[in-house]
Amino acid sequence: MSIVTPGAKQHGAPSVRRSSTSPIYTLVGALVLVILLTMAPWIVPAQASSTLMNFFILVIMATMWNLLAGYAGMVSIGQQAFIGLGAYATLYFALKGVNPFVTIPLSTLTCAVIAVPVTFLLFRLRGGYFAIATWVVSDTALLIIGAIPFLGGGTGKLMPGLQSLSPAQTAHYSYLATWIVALVVVTGTYLLLRSRLGLVLASIRDNEVAARSAGVNVQSARRLIFVIAAAGCGAAGAVLAISQPFIQPLSVFNIQWAAEMLFVSMIGGLGTIEGPIIGSILYFVLQQTLQQYGAWYLIIFGSLAVVVALWQPRGLWGAFRERFHGELLPVGYWLREPK
Amino acid sequence: MIWLNVVIQGVLIGGFYALFACGLSLMFGVLKVINLAHGDIAVVAGYVAVFLTPHLHIPEVWSFLVVVPIFGLVGYVVQRTLIQKSIDRDPFTTLLVTFGLSVVIENLLLEIYSANGQSVNIGDLIAKSWHPASIIYVSYVSLGVLAVAVAVLGLLQLFLSRTGTGRLIRAVADDREAAQLSGANYRHIFGIAAAIAFATVALAGIAYGMMTQFAPTSGGVNLLFAFEAVVIGGIGSLWGTLIGGIALGVAQQFGAHFNPEYQILAGNVLFLVVLAIRPQGLFGRRTALA
Amino acid sequence: MSDTLLDVRGISVFHGQLCAVDDVSFSLRRGEILAMIGANGAGKSTLLRTIAGLHHPSSGAVLFDGEDIAKLSPNRRVRLGISLVPEGRRLFSSMTLEENLQVGAYRANKGPFTIQRIYELFDWMPGRRRQSVWQLSGGEQQAVAIGRALVANPKVLLLDELSLGLAPIVIERIYALVPEIVAQGVSILIVEQDVAQGVAVADRVHCLLEGRTSLAGAPGDLTSDQIDHAYFGADVSHAGPDESATQ
Repeated sequence: MSIVTPGAKQHGAPSVRRSSTSPIYTLVGALVLVILLTMAPWIVPAQASSTLMNFFILVIMATMWNLLAGYAGMVSIGQQAFIGLGAYATLYFALKGVNPFVTIPLSTLTCAVIAVPVTFLLFRLRGGYFAIATWVVSDTALLIIGAIPFLGGGTGKLMPGLQSLSPAQTAHYSYLATWIVALVVVTGTYLLLRSRLGLVLASIRDNEVAARSAGVNVQSARRLIFVIAAAGCGAAGAVLAISQPFIQPLSVFNIQWAAEMLFVSMIGGLGTIEGPIIGSILYFVLQQTLQQYGAWYLIIFGSLAVVVALWQPRGLWGAFRERFHGELLPVGYWLREPK
Repeated sequence: MIWLNVVIQGVLIGGFYALFACGLSLMFGVLKVINLAHGDIAVVAGYVAVFLTPHLHIPEVWSFLVVVPIFGLVGYVVQRTLIQKSIDRDPFTTLLVTFGLSVVIENLLLEIYSANGQSVNIGDLIAKSWHPASIIYVSYVSLGVLAVAVAVLGLLQLFLSRTGTGRLIRAVADDREAAQLSGANYRHIFGIAAAIAFATVALAGIAYGMMTQFAPTSGGVNLLFAFEAVVIGGIGSLWGTLIGGIALGVAQQFGAHFNPEYQILAGNVLFLVVLAIRPQGLFGRRTALA
Repeated sequence: MSDTLLDVRGISVFHGQLCAVDDVSFSLRRGEILAMIGANGAGKSTLLRTIAGLHHPSSGAVLFDGEDIAKLSPNRRVRLGISLVPEGRRLFSSMTLEENLQVGAYRANKGPFTIQRIYELFDWMPGRRRQSVWQLSGGEQQAVAIGRALVANPKVLLLDELSLGLAPIVIERIYALVPEIVAQGVSILIVEQDVAQGVAVADRVHCLLEGRTSLAGAPGDLTSDQIDHAYFGADVSHAGPDESATQ
């Protein structure tokens, strides 16, 4: 996949560029952030780095859901299928003696492979029926996994291979693993959307019929996105399995994951890279603040998501961008008229 | 004889699935919208029947006489406001909004009524059953629910084919613009379709509470079954939904016969097999297919 | 009661950024047949759909019986007496012939056209009223579409591309009904790609070219050169730079 480069600028002609601000600032800022977040377990208290870890897992999931819904127009409420399968693939490989951290790429790949045949079933339906069918798939995966005694059946099983490490080591390593997966997922999504595939997705989003008649293979573009999103959620499931060493089918296949990724992407802003990250920050602030009041944070967040979908469909980041024309991670182009 | 019992129990529960699903099917046919909160509405109706109607000194058995019309009204209002607003944006938004509502409703019920199971009190009727042969028990409640389901589907079919409003609903489902050009206010028709969907699913919710226990999370599970019944039977066909519900119920009973853990799995497998080899369903038209 | 039934004043209609109808004005008198002619993409159908309420003009006004109907939905306009027979017929495909007419009659105004009257107008219909509409031929479907619009008892009937995809003999038979409809006091606005057909039946002709009025007048006052010129535009006309015909 080649990166599309802006056309050569001619004097006096309109020029096309990615961003209104210099990419240097963004790059330097990103570099500082990456260094700080990499060192976090040594700087901040253990409690904070564990919260950060959960935050990263949510960012991974929301970024993948945003790729599915915001860029490829597929509303899935069954992405927890791949979270669960990723977690259980990690458990399986670890039970077979593979180092848990090494299993992360293996589990990611496993989910991608499983997703391919699944698309052939799901893509027979569209819209709302597609959405519920994804849920059936996740429910089926849950029931099958729950019936396998080797993986602990319905009660779950402890993740092996972590006991040789001290608790502090486990915490540090799993933090780093989660952080790296999040970094790879977000950067990968960013590069993906700047590639030819990103252009293809934009053309489908703007006008599917026109895209088809211009020779875009809509179905295979969607299939590829679905598989990528499954892999990403699988990776999230794998790091989730390592971070909370007891794995239970009902918790890793919980539909609440789908609810969280959906709300976070919507509130932050569908169809932007920054949206899911901003949504995740807001979600964690709310969750930490309202922790002692049970499920109220979810009720508030869900209601907020409904309000946003109806009255501010571009989300918080979309609203911000409309006002200030600023972008941190630009994937599109701006046309500038010569002065 | 064992297998006969499996089939009988499957048919009994299949009627309930069809009752639960007919509103989902109608709303999709007319509005082209899937209400992902459909199941949660049924659960809310169950809670209203158990906790609120006793205040009106109405026995829980008869609560549906009050609850069903109220939910019809609520359906009309919700459609004309929230759902219509999201339809005006795009079909995509309706999924986000109804899923958001589903999660909010479920968690609100959890906060208010806790995760404990509830059931609609119907006295000693719950234990009574018809016992025609040695191992075959036909519970009166399940039989009653099946009869109600068939009656509701039949009335709905009559309404859609014989009345002016029913024909307008079908006209809007066929071609919304042409229906407008024939004088139909499609928003009002949408409201009526939603009212029917809310009313029938409220009835299904109360019926569920009579047959077994429900909890805040019951809505999602039943939405899945209803959806499977619709797809198996064929999208857009009311009687197909009944056959689909029965097929699903029988498949689940077969699964449960081997191992109770396989009950739901067997239904899901039947759904996936139908999707793979006959995606338009047993009686469906190819409308919801990609 | 003024003589003018429908008065279109300088309306422009956009599809996204494309201007489909650009500042078009005309009026339709009671009992009159006006033919709107023009090539594909000239904006005729958009104009008709705008009058029926399916599109909204970005500027200008549509007056019906002297009343501005800009804010009314299509179904309200049906109640006022505007019925459109849409392009492609658009019958309700899951229904029978009779049910299609019943839907049209459900919110009907009082007037001469009942389902019974339609059955008299098209004598083949009663025998086939229980058939599904997809079993009918194109011409028969077109007849049902006209019947469905007529049972609402409109004051003005908008006919969009009646002849599309039909055999000449069938088109002739359908156009033969137009005088009968007008005799019941209905005004007709026809959109037609088939110029000869439009000119033959109409009291007045209005020609659109790329969204603008290019010619208007009674068929007897217009030469075929003028019509060709207005239909195809100046660049393909053989008539030379005769701009006097265009407005």
